[in-house]
Amino acid sequence: MKARVNVMLKNGVLDPQGAAVRHALGAMGFDGVNDVRQGKVIELDLADGTSEDTIKSMCEKLLANMVIESYTIEIL
Amino acid sequence: MKAAVLQFPGSNCDRDMAVALRNSGADVTMVWHKETSLPDGLDVVAVPGGFSYGDYLRCGAIAANSPITQALKAHVERGGYAFGICNGFQVLTEAGLLPGALLRNAGLKYICKTTPLQVATSDSAYTSSYTKGQMIGVPIAHHDGNFTADAHTLDMLEAEDRVAFRYGDNPNGSARDIAGILSANRRVLGMMPHPERAFEAAHGNEDGKGFFDSLVSAVVPA
Repeated sequence: MKARVNVMLKNGVLDPQGAAVRHALGAMGFDGVNDVRQGKVIELDLADGTSEDTIKSMCEKLLANMVIESYTIEIL
Repeated sequence: MKAAVLQFPGSNCDRDMAVALRNSGADVTMVWHKETSLPDGLDVVAVPGGFSYGDYLRCGAIAANSPITQALKAHVERGGYAFGICNGFQVLTEAGLLPGALLRNAGLKYICKTTPLQVATSDSAYTSSYTKGQMIGVPIAHHDGNFTADAHTLDMLEAEDRVAFRYGDNPNGSARDIAGILSANRRVLGMMPHPERAFEAAHGNEDGKGFFDSLVSAVVPA
């Protein structure tokens, strides 16, 4: 089985990289880009039957820093 | 004083740290990250700067789950002293031994320069040789030194006098100009600037020497 973990900075945490991408898009002539948030996608190839709780534990112990980031899990 | 310097793959300030500690009178042991225990009778653990595990995933995140870091947590739980400089600060926050997190610098650039630093408290084993409010100059060299924490945590750090150092001209966007913080028991410190790079005349700057002098005088031999 495969799972995809999306890690994003929490709302309210400044995202300097997202801000730089927004500025670049504006400079390229793409109008109307109000905000850009940049995150990470992590794909996991897992033993069949791995529980969602186990994946959550992976996220909270390593894949995301819960001080500044939130995550979502998609089972593929 | 018996000190250990942890070495992760990608640590690059480990030897500078060992030299600074030895020249301050400490008996220093280097400890590889795959070790599961620290030397007996240890007073202080130093987590050095560098790019542990290539800074993959997040700076310090993989080192925070390394075998030796479990032993470091046990040392801190016993009331032992530990400090992290630069990447070491990132490791300590990722390991949950200090609050907050270090984000990418607000200006997105890697910054390497001597920065003015205010000693925000002299009430710690790391800062007692300085006077509160004293301005010193200490080199920084980092890409991810933008300290952040929620407002409640920042208020608590300030109310408990746990901000050890503040930037004189905030180079990286850190919340409330914070450059270094202390744990609740004041025995764990993390800071982005490098006192071990401003330790002797040959460095052109000895402002970091007080950090090590404080530590040696505060930590009674075991």
